[in-house]
Order: sequence, then structure tokens, then C-alpha cells
Amino acid sequence: MEDRKPDNLMIQASELTHYYGPRPAIQDVNFGVKRGEILGFLGPNGAGKTTTMRIITGFMPPTQGKVTLADYDVVEQSLAVRQRIGYLPETVPLHTEMPVTSYLKYMGTLRGMPSRQIKRRISDVIDLCRLGDYHKTIIGKLSKGFRQRVGIAQAILHEPEVLVLDEPTIGIDPIQVVETRRLIQDLGKEQTVVLSSHILPEVNMICERVLIIHEGMIVAEDTPENLAQRLQGVDQLQVEVGGPVREVTAALRQIKGVTEVTHRSQQGRNVFTVQVQRGQDLRDEISRVVVSNDWRLLSMQLVSMSLEDIFLRLTTHEEL
Amino acid sequence: MRTIRAVAWKEIQVYFGTPIAYIVGLIFLVLTGIFFAIGVVPSENNPFPEASLSNFFQWSTTILILLAPALTMRLLAEEQKLGTIELLLTSPVRDWEIILGKYAASLTFLLAMLLLTLYYPLLLFIFADPDPGPIYSGYLGLVLYGAAALAIGMLTTTITSNQIVAGFVAMGIIAALSFVHFSSELLGGFSALLISEIGLQSHFEDFGRGVIDTKHIVYFLSVTAVFLFLAIRALEFRRWR
Ligand SMILES: Nc1ncnc2c1ncn2[C@@H]1O[C@H](COP(=O)(O)OP(=O)(O)O)[C@@H](O)[C@H]1O
Ligand SMILES: [Mg+2]
Repeated sequence: MEDRKPDNLMIQASELTHYYGPRPAIQDVNFGVKRGEILGFLGPNGAGKTTTMRIITGFMPPTQGKVTLADYDVVEQSLAVRQRIGYLPETVPLHTEMPVTSYLKYMGTLRGMPSRQIKRRISDVIDLCRLGDYHKTIIGKLSKGFRQRVGIAQAILHEPEVLVLDEPTIGIDPIQVVETRRLIQDLGKEQTVVLSSHILPEVNMICERVLIIHEGMIVAEDTPENLAQRLQGVDQLQVEVGGPVREVTAALRQIKGVTEVTHRSQQGRNVFTVQVQRGQDLRDEISRVVVSNDWRLLSMQLVSMSLEDIFLRLTTHEEL
Repeated sequence: MRTIRAVAWKEIQVYFGTPIAYIVGLIFLVLTGIFFAIGVVPSENNPFPEASLSNFFQWSTTILILLAPALTMRLLAEEQKLGTIELLLTSPVRDWEIILGKYAASLTFLLAMLLLTLYYPLLLFIFADPDPGPIYSGYLGLVLYGAAALAIGMLTTTITSNQIVAGFVAMGIIAALSFVHFSSELLGGFSALLISEIGLQSHFEDFGRGVIDTKHIVYFLSVTAVFLFLAIRALEFRRWR
């Protein structure tokens, strides 16, 4: 067993490429998901997240490449794979004419759950997803946020080994977003979770490991913390100075270790963003330069670079 | 089996919860009622009508050309349109279970509709003395004909995400198979024989006359099986497209 199953991987994708038309939607995508891990796919719209999710759930085969889930081939042993997953598609497609409970019962039966278990699990997931007041409501009459909850409820109903959630918090209100994230984190304690998102703080918050996907290719892979550190070649300082913009900028640029200085005007105040080579503390030097020129140093703040900045860097021509 | 039942049961609930199914049922009952009445009520052209359902049977098959596709057109086209097929196809359900489940639902609705027409023969038995043979065989033929028509509809709804297209294409196929025997009369010879052998209508006629020929039963069951098989293959293809 041990030699056949490297690193106890739940999902292993190798060299996935998918074409819808002449251009590849994803290209040479490789990744592994450990048992019990929460993995996030992060990327802007059109990056290839949904395509990847549809391949690992067995909804469509990749043009090239191979995915195994719990050691079953997603294409060749599709049924075994489908028995082990719960899936929330991006558009949350539900049978809108059905009441919530009937729908969940239907999905439970499709998953081959025994009736008694279905009954028990329906009441569990209705509690978990806070659908209590709406369990008899026709799905079509629910708000977007509540439909999302029904979507998650059906995905976790049969306690699948792997949960695949495609943009689980898209288009729902902020309070529900917080609840949903918490729920996913709880689920992630027991289950293997793969989720996608285009929202950085979200992935940062929920996931143990992040894959950044851009134009169909994985451009970075690490823990949120490591990614931030690894890609953070520079630190940023926000410095507010009372003085002539051009001279201040020039003087700051002169300091050894400063790589870039940009200026913006914030409510009439001059704020300079100073990028500094990693690991150097130039605060003393900056204040000395400002004071020696007879300018006023009004504030100075060290800004640690967030995943968001990294992301903007990786996908510089993104229009949000 | 449980899965097929779950799929079927869901669709049956949709049938009985949506107006379209009631409209289909109503149209069927009104039209067949009219043709039944025309067949048995004395008129100038037909002063001494027979106490039989032959007019009802003959017209029912024609009406089903329009109505059977109306029952099946939604079944998979809508899942494709709304995207719910994504959850259906990623559930551990086999393609044939999906097709058979949905088909079973449409067949159930058709049988329910035919059940409601049983008051026509009931009237005949109360007010006249009809020959029961053609009535039994006619109903058997109608069920077989309807089963084949619905199977054709299953294929088209699997192929497209557009319900209307699914409906019209199915109507086209059923109509072509129903009326193909007219062309055989023009052609003559071997091709005429061949064409009348593939026609739905020519295989139905004997049932209306009270003749139950296994040849015809086998024919309708084969058409049904072939189209259901094609629908299953089409769904498999849809999965791997
Ligand atoms: N069904 C489809 N047909 C054609 N192109 C598609 C289809 N789905 C996605 N694409 C294209 O593939 C690329 C990746 O899309 P997608 O996987 O949906 O990205 P994401 O989920 O990250 O937004 C995009 O360029 C998109 O336009
Ligand atoms: Mg997407």
C-alpha cells in the first residue's frame, strides 16, 4: 500500500490540459491534495478554476492528463469517484420547483444513502446550514444566499470524503459569507476540501494551502503564510511627509535599500509608499533624511504585503 | 432500482405539479373525447355507427405524435439548460438509470392519461354491446405505440438543451415513422414492403382490428428499446464531450 500511495494523497492531478476551443482553458496543471487538507484555487475569472473542478468531479474528462481521487481514476472509475465526492457547482444549479427537504431527499437517494440515514442527515445539514425555517420552502422562492446554503447542504449530505466547492461564497451577503467560511473550516476538520475563489482574504482565511491559477496555469503553490513571505521580495512603508513632493520623492529614492517610491495625495496630505528590500529596516534612515531636509515627518507605517498584493502582481493585467 | 425510482418519482411530482402536464392531459382527453363521440354518435354520413373505439384508437395515435414529445421534451433538456445536469452526472448514478427513470415517469403519466379514457369503453359497455376484443387489443396497441413515441422523445431531449427543439424533432421523427406507410403505397415492390415494416402506424392497425400479433408487439418493443439505447449512448456521449 505505502509504495503505491505516495504521501497519502487524496487527489492527484497530473498534466491536466483542457481545450474547449483552439486555446487551452487549462494547461499542464499538476497538483496533489492530502487527505484532510483544505486546498484553495485562487485566480481571477477565466483562470480555469471551474474547468479544473469539473474535471476532478468527473463531470467532464480532461483533453489530456489524469486525475485520481482516493486512488480511483476519475475517467476510468468514474462511479467510484462520484461515490466519494460532494460538489457545489459555481452556478448552484438546483431543482427550483422542489421544496428544500424533498430536494435533499432526492439527492440523498441519488447518492445511494439508505432512507433512515437520509432522514437523519437531512435534519443534521438543515441545522448546520441554518435552513431550519425554510425546510419546506420551494427552492425557487429562496434568496441567493439561502440557495447557496441548500447547495452546500446537498454537497455535504452524504458525508463525502472529498468536498469540491466552486466559489462557495460568490454573490451572497457579507454575514452569510462569514458563516459559510466558518462552516467550510469546520467541515475541513473531517473532510478533504477543494475550493475555488477569486477573493484573496477568503482563501487566506480558510485554506491550508493555496494554488494560484492564472490563464490556465498554476503560477504559485504554498501555504498562505509562506506564499506571502516567499513572494514578498520587498516590504512597504507608508510615509506621510510635509514637504515638496518632487524633492521628497527624490531624496527618499537616494536612500540605500529603497527600490521604489510612489506618491499619492490623500485628503490633501502627501503619502509616499516606499518599497524596501526585504529584511531591511530603513525607518531610522528615512526619518533622518526627512528631518535633515527640514520637512515634517507626520507618520510612518510598515505595511506587510498581503496575498492580495501578490495576487495583483501575479495577475497584473486583471480587471476586477 | 432505488435510483431509477427516485429519478422517476421526482419527475412524476413535477408532472403533477406543473400546468404543462395538465394541459397535455386535458388536450388529449378533449380531442380523444371528440373523436370517440364522432365514431359512435349517429350522423348523416354515418347513420348506423358501430359501438366500437376504432375511431378513438386511430386518432389517439395521431394526437400522441404531438403530445408524447410534449411530455418528454423537458426531461433532460431542462437539466442541461439550468445546469442541474452537473449535479446529476456527478452523482453516483449510471446513465441508464437516469434515462430509464425519466422514461418511466413519462410512461406513468401516459398510462394515467389512458386510464382516464377508460370511460369511453365504459359508456359503450353500459349503453351498447361492443365487441370487447378490439377494445383490449386497441389499448394494448396504444400503450405500445405511446411507449415507442416517448422513447423517441427521450432521445431528442438528451441531445439538446433546448426543450422546443427536442419537442419538434421528436414530433418529426414520430410523424415520419407514423406516416411512412403512405409513401409505401406509392412506391410498390420490395422498398414498399420495407417501408411499411418500419412504420409505426402500419404496425398499429392490426391492434385496432382486434388482432394481437406478436410480430407487432416485438416491433414496438424494439423501437422503444432502440431509442432508449440511443438516448443512453447520447447521455454517455454528453458526459464525455
Ligand atoms: N463551456 C465552455 N465553452 C467554451 N469555453 C469555456 C467554457 N467554459 C469555460 N471556458 C473558457 O475557459 C477558460 C477558463 O474558464 P473557467 O474554468 O470557467 O475559469 P474560472 O472558473 O476560473 O473563472 C475561460 O477562458 C473561459 O472563457
Ligand atoms: Mg469559475
